[in-house]
Amino acid sequence: MYVAVKGGEKAIENAHRYLAEERRGDPAIEELSLKQITEQLSHAVSRVMAEGSLFDRELAALAIKQARGDLIEAIFLIRAYRTTLPRFGYSAPINTADMALDRRVSATFKDLPGGQILGPTFDYTHRLLDFALAAEGLEAEQAKEAEEAVDEDVPRVLELLNKEGLIEAAVPGESDESSSVGDLTREPLEFPAGRDVRLQNLARGDEGFILSLGYSTQRGYARNHAFVGEIRIGHVAVEFVPEELGFAIEIGDILVSECETVNQFQGSKKVPAQFTRGYGLAFGHCERKVIAMALVDRALRADELGEEKSAPVQDEEFVLSHSDNIQATGFVEHIKLPHYVDFQSELELVRRLRANALRTQTTLEAAE
Amino acid sequence: MSNFENTAYNFAYLDEQTKRMIRRALLKAVAIPGYQVPFASREMPMPYGWGTGGIQVTAAVIGPEDVLKVIDQGSDDTTNAVSIRNFFQKTTNVETTEETAKASLIQTRHRIPETPLTDGQILVYQVPIPEPLRFLEPRETETRKMHALEEYGLMHVKLYEDISRHGDIATTYAYPVNVAGRYVMDPSPTPKFDNPKMNNMPALQLFGAGREKRIYAIPPYTEVVSLDFEDYPFTIQKWEEPCALCGETESFLDEVILDDAGGRMFVCSDSHYCKSRQEQGHSGSQSPDAEKASREVAE
Repeated sequence: MYVAVKGGEKAIENAHRYLAEERRGDPAIEELSLKQITEQLSHAVSRVMAEGSLFDRELAALAIKQARGDLIEAIFLIRAYRTTLPRFGYSAPINTADMALDRRVSATFKDLPGGQILGPTFDYTHRLLDFALAAEGLEAEQAKEAEEAVDEDVPRVLELLNKEGLIEAAVPGESDESSSVGDLTREPLEFPAGRDVRLQNLARGDEGFILSLGYSTQRGYARNHAFVGEIRIGHVAVEFVPEELGFAIEIGDILVSECETVNQFQGSKKVPAQFTRGYGLAFGHCERKVIAMALVDRALRADELGEEKSAPVQDEEFVLSHSDNIQATGFVEHIKLPHYVDFQSELELVRRLRANALRTQTTLEAAE
Repeated sequence: MSNFENTAYNFAYLDEQTKRMIRRALLKAVAIPGYQVPFASREMPMPYGWGTGGIQVTAAVIGPEDVLKVIDQGSDDTTNAVSIRNFFQKTTNVETTEETAKASLIQTRHRIPETPLTDGQILVYQVPIPEPLRFLEPRETETRKMHALEEYGLMHVKLYEDISRHGDIATTYAYPVNVAGRYVMDPSPTPKFDNPKMNNMPALQLFGAGREKRIYAIPPYTEVVSLDFEDYPFTIQKWEEPCALCGETESFLDEVILDDAGGRMFVCSDSHYCKSRQEQGHSGSQSPDAEKASREVAE
């Protein structure tokens, strides 16, 4: 005799307990602390803050711990928390020219005012497993402090080009009123999206997706050779203008990564030949993300610059609709939910079509 | 999630501003039946694709007096239905029920209950892809234009091509409908079996698509017509056998595989409907009382 399936509730509860147990792993091994995560897995923390759209190292660390290191799951936890937070308003635009620099490099000039500052980078490390790290308790080497402090005045590389008129001017948004900046967490995405919304979408977008799209531009799909004009990583002050005060006050500082690219532009009927710009910015230390973001941003400007659109990366609707990994993972994974009813409908159809085909065949054979 | 009672979350999770924004979209949707209204869908504590649109709509309309029923695939006991029901129990403390007639608010995925809905009830659908033209034209910019111009020829061509290829319309769920003689609408992935129930339904039907950020609606007593051709009229699925548990011949049946030798049975997908029929004394070939019943008939 058949008994209808019951007990979903109990199964869910038990599955969650099992998950908690697996998350902890062997209880004989010391538990991870949030401090350990923020201090020692800082790139993971950066990615969760950037794609989670919330600058809070401790919460990001908690999300990473809770998600057992699954960063997309951690980003999801942060996003779901973020939507519940009250909004006091929009900050004044941050000024990355005033950044307290950890790193600043330019690929377009050998030397330049402010100099090249490598900072804490994987670049030029040999990717050889460091077995010494496997032993715990070793003291890390300390970097020597430079004799001179970083210049106070580190001009933007692209502004140096701008003085000659070789590069397009960075056009501010249509209005500098903070209320007019698009926010796709408050308004549904509509097309064509402005560059503000596009950049917000890319900054929140999946690093892997943006990376692959950026890569595709380098391999000839909307090729637009890019030079890294400048990468800056460091802390910037966040300012907010409370209505009752009427002037800006500093409410804290955040670590951001910024990339500005200098791209070729052959000129079009509308515009003479000139270098053009791509822009990338994200929370935390995520250089790969912002370089790729700048490539994609530039490719998405095809319409504005009158370029022929031939590649996926130039297609605003395609890129912006599929960049969000929380939307993507939810919808891709939802096909594991029950679909008995739809599948039953398809079964019925296929059986009926096959029966019809068989009947027609038999009739034909009989007629012969 | 476990300690909702102790946290600062609002009634039904969403803050009042967000609810107001959703209610505005709902009002517009009711005013223009079948039209997809963009809304500023929020990130919910469940994944996109798991009912976030329906959950937001339910959260925006639910009140402390409501009695809530949640079903998935017609059943109150599928895991995701259980999870959504628990979510609202925790965040609203409203009464929940499995009884269709007792519920004032029903959230559903993929089915319309077999028991006819009545005046004053609200049926909330979870919608994955709200755009009926999406698989014919992937661009939102294009499909919005097509709706504006009432340019639905492409859909009829698709149905026609089905007939020329398969001898039949090969759409079995998410079967497109025309609402109030104007908009072509996706009824969500309900089987086409349920389409006739949407027509002139006394209850208010609300549709929420969270990931795609769209809301649409069918007001009570609105004409809903499944697209078809004069010579190929719309038909619904039929089964060769009745429900094996309650003997019903007019309900949507799920196929249950019993063994690896081709053994199978068919049971109502609407679990509450099936259960209440059994309680009323109906039985089928696999009912516990079936043998007894057939003995009695023989006597």
